[in-house]
Amino acid sequence: MLTINDLHVSYGGIKALRGINLKIEENKIVTLIGANGAGKSSTLRAIMNLVKKQSGTVEYNGTDLTNLKTMDIVKKGIALSPEGRRVFPNLTVEENLILGAYTINDKEDIKRTMGEIYNLFPRLKERSWQKAGTLSGGEQQMLAVGRAMMVHPKILMLDEPSLGLAPLLVKDIFDIIKEIHRQGNTILLIEQNAKKALEIADYGYVIETGSIVLEGEGKSLLNNDKVREAYLGESR
Amino acid sequence: MSIQEFLQHVANGTSLGSLYALIAIGYTLVYGILRLINFAHGDIFMLGAYITYYGIIYTPIPWWLVFILACVLTGLVGLTLEKLAYKPLRGQPRITILISAIGASFLLQNLGVLLFSGRPKAFPTPAILSRTLIIGGVSVSLISIIIPIVTIIILAILSFIIQKTKTGMAMRALSKDYEAASLMGIDINGVISFTFFIGSFLAAVGGIMWGIKYPQLIPLMGVMPGLKCFIAAVIGGIGNITGAVIGGFILGLGEIMLIAFLPSLTGYRDAFAFILLILILLIKPTGLMGEKIAEKV
Repeated sequence: MLTINDLHVSYGGIKALRGINLKIEENKIVTLIGANGAGKSSTLRAIMNLVKKQSGTVEYNGTDLTNLKTMDIVKKGIALSPEGRRVFPNLTVEENLILGAYTINDKEDIKRTMGEIYNLFPRLKERSWQKAGTLSGGEQQMLAVGRAMMVHPKILMLDEPSLGLAPLLVKDIFDIIKEIHRQGNTILLIEQNAKKALEIADYGYVIETGSIVLEGEGKSLLNNDKVREAYLGESR
Repeated sequence: MSIQEFLQHVANGTSLGSLYALIAIGYTLVYGILRLINFAHGDIFMLGAYITYYGIIYTPIPWWLVFILACVLTGLVGLTLEKLAYKPLRGQPRITILISAIGASFLLQNLGVLLFSGRPKAFPTPAILSRTLIIGGVSVSLISIIIPIVTIIILAILSFIIQKTKTGMAMRALSKDYEAASLMGIDINGVISFTFFIGSFLAAVGGIMWGIKYPQLIPLMGVMPGLKCFIAAVIGGIGNITGAVIGGFILGLGEIMLIAFLPSLTGYRDAFAFILLILILLIKPTGLMGEKIAEKV
């Protein structure tokens, strides 16, 4: 469905990605795990064309996305819930969701989707008239995920959705990711919480200093000694 | 001072304040989105007045249609200015873009001298608009009544656009986070162009009404009003539209009242604005309606 070929990205002379190859198949949860600064977010940002690619291609169902503008990539059906939530603090919860569906003109459709998202996140419905800046961290995260879902993305990319959340909320977020997947969505998940991510993922990639060093099915990576030692904090 | 005289000054101050408000909105709109003080805004205002002058003198188009066309045309000039002078510098340090804005301002002024000549031109006010009314012993020019009304109508339309429409939402989103806005599929360049169009359109409305009220056009006519309206925007809290309007009225009324009550200080009427600016920066640097910087993370 989405194929990334030999992707290179650098920021002012520092190489962030050194030839990444990635494949995301339809209806799967794919996860990308790795340490801070390994290049996880850079990969997602390069897919959305938020950073300049030095070389490499991004292909989606036969369409070349490499040089498309961010807004056109969104129109193709790829949505990113960015790291650090990035909700619009000066807009209400409802307005944030409406903007999530900016590229959709069908008002009925927007209303329906908003209803679905409120079902998924009842807390957002309670606070629909509140400014997003006044929400708690967990609520903002829910809003960021919900906002990305407003366009019915064919691929939903989530960058650290559990970052900074209380353990109970982390569990909620992962339950919701599973639920979104169960409804037939394709998900690319980035997580520091490698264990939880691999548990729900169909396929996983391990990224280290800008390169993929390991890949495989979620369960098998979970049992891989190297992964256990480096990312799950277990000693051999 | 008789009550009639006082009311006369109030009417004058209100119409001048409305003009300041219209132009100040342009500064504040652009600043809200780009964090840029568009120093060429006053010169866009001048262009609006000149375009109207040429439209009325040299074309057979009826004056009211010239007014509308001139505003649209000036809006397009503002949009083009952004594309040429600011867009290529996006992502550069803010001071770079600021310098470009000052350069654009000088360019437009000198282009004005070259194209329109430095000799003053008389604004061709349509006869119907130059009438004077006597209301309760106070003689008020018709335009002094029209200006505040037009300002209020425009403010209402603008608030509606910003608060209720999708484009308005996109503008508000953009003012906080470019990248997140582009992730929503928002056409960043389109929204910025739209903002410049609106700001310049309003400057032209201001320019036309200024021409009717003070019917003498010179290519540098935008400099002082431009500076004062920038000050009005800062007094109100730059980035805040309601603040810009309030700032405009404070400045307009204050200036007229200063002259009315202390005629010996008439020569200092321009200094008044700058003193006010210094005071507000000392006492409340974010302006009267300025947003608080602190936000929940």
